[in-house]
Amino acid sequence: MPYHSVLECNMHQRAGRRILLIFIITVVATFVSLPSEFGLFGKTFYRRDLNINLAGISVSRKFDLKLGLDLVGGSRLVFEAETTNMSDEERDSALTSLREVMERRVNLFGVSEPSIQISRFEGRDRIVIELPGVTDTAQAVSLVGKTAELNFAEENAHSEEGFIPTDLTGADLKRAVVSFDQVSGKPVVVLEFTGVGGEKFAEITERNVGKSVPILLDGQLISMPVVQDKIIGGTAQISGEFSIDEAKAMVIQLNAGALPVPVNLVSERTVGASLGRESVEKSVKAGVMGLSMVLLFMALFYGRLGMVADVGLVIFGVITLALYKLIPVVLTLPGVAGFLLSVGMAVDSNILIFERFRDERKKGINVAWALETSFDRAWDSIKDANIATLLTAFVLANPLDWPFLHTSGPVRGFAITLALGIGVSFFTGIFVSRTLLRTIIGRGGKR
Amino acid sequence: MKVNWLKYRKWYFGLSGLSIAISVFGLIRWGLPLGVDFRGGTVIEYSFPSDVSTEELDDLLQQSGVETSSVQSVGENYLVRLGQVDRGVREKVLLDLKARYGEDTEEISFENVGPMIGSELIRKTMYAVLISAGGILLWVAFSFKNVKYGVSAVAAMFHDSFILLGSFTILGHFLGAEVDFLFVTALLTTLSFSVHDTIVVYDRIREISRKHGGEFSDVANNALNETMRRSINNSVTIALMLLSLATLGGSSVHWFSIALLIGTILGTYSSPFVAVPLLVTWLEKARKKQVNT
Repeated sequence: MPYHSVLECNMHQRAGRRILLIFIITVVATFVSLPSEFGLFGKTFYRRDLNINLAGISVSRKFDLKLGLDLVGGSRLVFEAETTNMSDEERDSALTSLREVMERRVNLFGVSEPSIQISRFEGRDRIVIELPGVTDTAQAVSLVGKTAELNFAEENAHSEEGFIPTDLTGADLKRAVVSFDQVSGKPVVVLEFTGVGGEKFAEITERNVGKSVPILLDGQLISMPVVQDKIIGGTAQISGEFSIDEAKAMVIQLNAGALPVPVNLVSERTVGASLGRESVEKSVKAGVMGLSMVLLFMALFYGRLGMVADVGLVIFGVITLALYKLIPVVLTLPGVAGFLLSVGMAVDSNILIFERFRDERKKGINVAWALETSFDRAWDSIKDANIATLLTAFVLANPLDWPFLHTSGPVRGFAITLALGIGVSFFTGIFVSRTLLRTIIGRGGKR
Repeated sequence: MKVNWLKYRKWYFGLSGLSIAISVFGLIRWGLPLGVDFRGGTVIEYSFPSDVSTEELDDLLQQSGVETSSVQSVGENYLVRLGQVDRGVREKVLLDLKARYGEDTEEISFENVGPMIGSELIRKTMYAVLISAGGILLWVAFSFKNVKYGVSAVAAMFHDSFILLGSFTILGHFLGAEVDFLFVTALLTTLSFSVHDTIVVYDRIREISRKHGGEFSDVANNALNETMRRSINNSVTIALMLLSLATLGGSSVHWFSIALLIGTILGTYSSPFVAVPLLVTWLEKARKKQVNT
């Protein structure tokens, strides 16, 4: 008898500590998952972000949900690089520098949080570029996708058409800026050469006094200035029939450098910002509706037990949302579906346990024991079953970037939210509801 | 209440056979309604400030010189499917539409997929299915120490995904559903759903046979009785989430939710009515063979 009561006392102490732990986790998770500004009872509240400055160490963290392209609007461009005739080594270095150049261009273009990835599948090399907020893809495509190989040529004395390219190229540039022609007021691009480039330019102009020095971009003639005199200052000016936007794009391309290999646009997807907003609203509506139905179902079907499961489910919701913000997970539309699906699956462990509990009770076993047995036994099947689901989620998420599997963002988003949901449901479905039920039944038993 | 579920084994096999036959018919007769992700081509969604009819829109697009393969209204917007179009055509069409329906006409979304992408998507999906199925087969065989468990679970899994494919040929033909990369995701999720449920039943079989032993078909039948309510209730909660997503979630996830819903129902059905009957029949046959030799 005394031994038994000591055991019980320990259990109660442990349960108390566990409840405290659950409470703290829930409060923190709720705080993080709140939107930064929300209205309640007619008042507006603001959630603060983490901003700690202590003894010179500053920790600052914003708790905002990262939304994917399909929810904020933006475009996704897939370019294919022409790498067919290259050796593996050449190809690797070409792709790496291709990615770098494209990244520089996108950054100069001023897109916030772009994503640029290389994807390779069965001998085809692709660059996938995601530009949140950019819906005018015409400009983006020509800006990012142009090879932008600059070359200064000489006239070919023997034929009318051809030009002889020189060794002065975009690689000799220090920088390019947009300016305006003082006479015509038209936009021009001013080039500033490196030291070596300046010398080359001086030589070329010296050779061609009285003749023209055609300037070619990707083999296309954009300007054909006539040299009056040898130019030694190391700067040149390109004027031509282009608009201010075109001049700006050219400057970005020249400053970022030429693409090491030509690329072609093979796929493009643009979602307008309004459609994104609409999707968010609809998903929230669907989520609230579905969640309330599940909560109601559990309460109706399992009574008090069901309500405990409901508490666990709400805790599941806030923890998952908080994790999305903390990791952070970029939430896409399929990701939202994955989340909702995981809500449906999160109650699975509870249903499994409650059904078991019902059976055990029928056998005449007392409440506390029936509960413990149900939890212990259910754990085995939940673990075995969820490992299979996690396996599929792993294949879908493809975290090791295996080239023979999907690498597309939306599929990944779905898999990650699904896997995360399963992980959190281990915690809420077993630990949280077990602790809550033990406490409730323990107290009920005393009375 | 105890039901002798396994007594009606022939009916389950019959029903599954019929569903598979219908799926084969659908696949041959109509084929899978492949979307732009697979076929390549262009899909543009427009929103208009004034009322538009699909016929009128189709006519106008023809006049602008584009070959439309379909014009469909989705909520308040219109979805236009085209072959490969270049940027010039795309801009001209928008200008023509603005001239006709007002300046507020908007291109809400645009998707263009090159012709090569589709075949890659198919191959990548096949690899994904094979790896998942292989992994699941090994895992189930390992945790239940018997390959027959794994093979039956995987058979039920392919049964589900095949019927899901079949149902989309029908939904595509009659209701305009399309198979896109999200469908691929739903298909793979169905695989894991299906086996998730099966493992729960298997687990109960293992537990009962350890505790009480007995004839395998009796053990399996008890396990089915004990897990039936859980299976149904669990798929009800998942179905509630998916139904609200399908009805309220908007057009982009509509068919995705439907595919997941069908997958959930199939996954729930196939565990007690395909995987376990298969396993029981197989084990019985194997035993008879042993007795005979």
